[in-house]
Amino acid sequence: MLSALLWLPLAVALIVVLLPRRFAGPVSAAGALGTLGLAVALALDFDAAAPGLQHVVDESWIPELGVRYQLGVDGISLFLVLMTAVLWAASFAWSAFRVPDRPKNYFLMLGIGEFATLGAFLAQDLLLFVLFFDLMLVPFFFLIGAYGTGNRVRATIKMMVYTLVGSLLMLVAAIATAVLASNETGELSFAMADLRANLLPDGSQEWIFCFFAAAFLVKMPAFPLHGWMPDAYLAAPPAVLALLSGVLSKVAAYGFLRVVLPIFPEATIQFQELILVIATVSILYGSAMAFTQTNVRLIAGYSSIAQLGFITLGVFSLSSDGANGAILQMVNHAVVVVPLFLIIVLLAERFGSEDLRQMGGGAMRAPVLAALFLIVTLATLAMPGSANFIGEFYILNGLFDAKIAFAVVASAGIAMAAFYALRLYQGAMHNPLPAGASSRELSLRDALVLVPLVGVILALAVTPGSVLTRGEASVQDKVGAVAEARDGFEVAKR
Amino acid sequence: MTFDAPDMDYAGLSPIIALTVGLCVVLLAGLVGRAQRRVVSVLSFLTLGAAGGLLIWQFGETKDLVSGALRLDDLAIVASLIAIVSAAFVIPLSWREEAADDHPGPAGHGEFQALVIASVLGMVLLAMAQNLITFFVGLELLSVPLYVLCGSALRRQQSLESGLKYLIIGSLGSATLLYGLAFIYGGSGSTDFAGIRDGIGGSLVDDPLILIGIALTVTGLAFKLSIAPFHQWTPDVYQGAPTPVTAFMAVATKAAAFAVFARFFEVALGPAVGDWQPALAALAAVSIIVGNVGALAQSSLKRLLGYSGVAQAGYMLVGIVAANEAGVQALFFYLAAYALMNLAAFAVITIRERETGFGDDIRSVQGLGRERPELAWPLTIAMLALAGLPGTAGFIGKLYLIEAAVDGDYTWLAVMIAVGTMISLAYYLRVIAAVWMRPAYHSDPTPEAGHRTLPAMAGGAPEATPDDFTPPPPAVGPRIGGLRCPVIIGLTILAAAATVFFGIIPGPLVEFVEGAGESITNALG
Repeated sequence: MLSALLWLPLAVALIVVLLPRRFAGPVSAAGALGTLGLAVALALDFDAAAPGLQHVVDESWIPELGVRYQLGVDGISLFLVLMTAVLWAASFAWSAFRVPDRPKNYFLMLGIGEFATLGAFLAQDLLLFVLFFDLMLVPFFFLIGAYGTGNRVRATIKMMVYTLVGSLLMLVAAIATAVLASNETGELSFAMADLRANLLPDGSQEWIFCFFAAAFLVKMPAFPLHGWMPDAYLAAPPAVLALLSGVLSKVAAYGFLRVVLPIFPEATIQFQELILVIATVSILYGSAMAFTQTNVRLIAGYSSIAQLGFITLGVFSLSSDGANGAILQMVNHAVVVVPLFLIIVLLAERFGSEDLRQMGGGAMRAPVLAALFLIVTLATLAMPGSANFIGEFYILNGLFDAKIAFAVVASAGIAMAAFYALRLYQGAMHNPLPAGASSRELSLRDALVLVPLVGVILALAVTPGSVLTRGEASVQDKVGAVAEARDGFEVAKR
Repeated sequence: MTFDAPDMDYAGLSPIIALTVGLCVVLLAGLVGRAQRRVVSVLSFLTLGAAGGLLIWQFGETKDLVSGALRLDDLAIVASLIAIVSAAFVIPLSWREEAADDHPGPAGHGEFQALVIASVLGMVLLAMAQNLITFFVGLELLSVPLYVLCGSALRRQQSLESGLKYLIIGSLGSATLLYGLAFIYGGSGSTDFAGIRDGIGGSLVDDPLILIGIALTVTGLAFKLSIAPFHQWTPDVYQGAPTPVTAFMAVATKAAAFAVFARFFEVALGPAVGDWQPALAALAAVSIIVGNVGALAQSSLKRLLGYSGVAQAGYMLVGIVAANEAGVQALFFYLAAYALMNLAAFAVITIRERETGFGDDIRSVQGLGRERPELAWPLTIAMLALAGLPGTAGFIGKLYLIEAAVDGDYTWLAVMIAVGTMISLAYYLRVIAAVWMRPAYHSDPTPEAGHRTLPAMAGGAPEATPDDFTPPPPAVGPRIGGLRCPVIIGLTILAAAATVFFGIIPGPLVEFVEGAGESITNALG
């Protein structure tokens, strides 16, 4: 079942290449809906009580190198997989309604992107994870470089070089992990379960941790490593931009939870505070930038940096509340930021500019658009009643127990979020209309994409527990690995 | 008195015999008749096919030939097959090449292809060599035809310059190597690899004769493999030589020279592994950095691939530094993958060189994605594979090499591979960006003659706007251009498809190279 879910997007994308051009959009969108159907079926079939992996696929792939084709889903990845399928379906639908030039390549790349992202969330073999993590970037390189706007080629190469710098080091680190672990057991294996059973000695965990952390922090992006973000966000086509910010960044946060915590627990404890500092600074920096920027894309982009900071805080609080909140927040942020970016693009179309100062009065003749935007805005600023509120609450709760100083500083981020989110909404929707611009209601094709997405936000707000209960058992397991290591530490100290 | 004829293993020698006979036949056939291109090519394919078939037939066998001067084992077979496949690939590439086509005499294709086969013969010998004499003879037989081939585009000054440069530098490398081999013979008292192994002790620190010998040998081989800092000739020669020759040189030479490199160091110098390992590791690191940085600023695709080849040779050297079975396997896996991706890239360059007037400049592939997707995809896949991105054989090759390096306690070298790959992205991606993200470059290849550079105000004709500007006919000659040879395009797509195939299903290729690593272990046992 997981294999079908994983390969379906790629298969559809390859079929689309063979079809005539005018079928590219509809067939791709139908394929994405099919993938979404499979993902929903998977979620319904999921046994919430079981802590371990479900639907495991385990086949030999390159036995000589110890790499296996191993997939599985647990409470951590279940909703991320579902979210990936939802957002890709939205992105495909959006693109199918606004078919770009050279559509076949576009949809091929989008399909490869979904394939790789699902692969990263499903992989249970460390090398397979790294492979998908790197592969994810290739389609985005083409999508931004060939279909973007402005200084797209420069931006896309910059993004590739930045993110692959981290990823390639991660490749070496992953191989080193397996080879060093095999010195103990004599059997080379990249399976995460095997690596977890044979933890590395202290000295090598540290540098390997650093390599992994570099890859994930660049991808998120987190504060000093975000240099590629503004360029890429400005150049990317809308549907791609939404995925870049909504889904790809989550793979990095997920990587911390899936790979780093259980496999390098001792290094995690050692570097906990460093990562917490980076995350806190990201929150403050991202928020501060978000309320000084005037380009609407960048406002949303920098707000993502802040939100990802929150998620990282949750993961590195090393408490089950924090990690659980982080998972919920990953899903929340993804389903909020995608409609946010799409609405921003619609507004930019209406005002002919992406500059917030040249916008205003967008709500005048567009009540539906305004209502959707308002819901998205309120979710972004974690209004009580939204699932984001619950996610951030869990994160801070976990953090208060672990490191109270960071929690206090991070709380300021919530207040700042309210400021920049409302500034964005007011600036675009209220205020007088600028000369020459007109307020237009949502067209049907855009509504078809946006309304379901906002529906997902509302559904999450009503039932956040569905994510939390399914995540709980698996989170306990990952955080438990660190707790064990911490106990070992304290015993050793005495 | 009875006279015992020496025992000849004709089966083991059969690939060499097939190549030698075929070489003579092809050369002679080239002299006969006018419409010889087809006949000669068929004969060449027969020769290469026979040699390849005889090698595959003996796959998995291990035997010493001609009193132990040669050894036929999987290592030799794998390296030879890579050389043969690349030769078979470049022969169709050379069909419309001015080097062969415009030759003043009637012998163009015959000579060209005979030289390629002669070089392949040298490569097969070299891959089998386990004696200093055959080692040197093989290397020379490999090199001399290449000197001639580089200069074979008689009417192009660059080609002649390239041939001469390669001749001089190559001879220097050969001389250094020969000198080194003499020292090793002097120090160990044997020309046999096994004899040398017995002749040298565990550590060489107090044996200056052998140490000097090894240093000179490494230098000589590094010249041939274009490992930095002995790579200076590479970009110039690669750029000047006719593109099919460059492709052949880049791919096949590496396979054969790395085969003897592995055999010589791991078998003959095996006991002294601690002495040469750090030196080779340093060479590999330097090569990775120099090659990748050098490629950054190139606008000529052939020079770019030349520098990239320097870096790739550095990656491959890591397989030898690791000094374990996995290292040799990784080396040959990478060589096979490298052959596929490089041949695809060079084939596209060859085709575009004839279709546009830009030569091998990066402008020649600009906008290819829109105009010629059947060429754009192979080039893109080749570049992604060279950069080592997942989904291609290049990724698996790097994975293999890094695993071997970490296993051999050279983790820092594994990190160097990663660092080099990062740098390399900048130029590989530039090529891809030119293919897909920039409009086709329809302007005069020589700016000083271009209308576009003269705006109306500066005296240019006002009607010469970019819109009604038509690209000038290619400057090279009427026969070139408009080349839509299905065979070449088919081969290009095949190479690219194989690159992707082995990136997703690497099993067959892993099995193919597995024996190569084992033959080193067998030779030691």
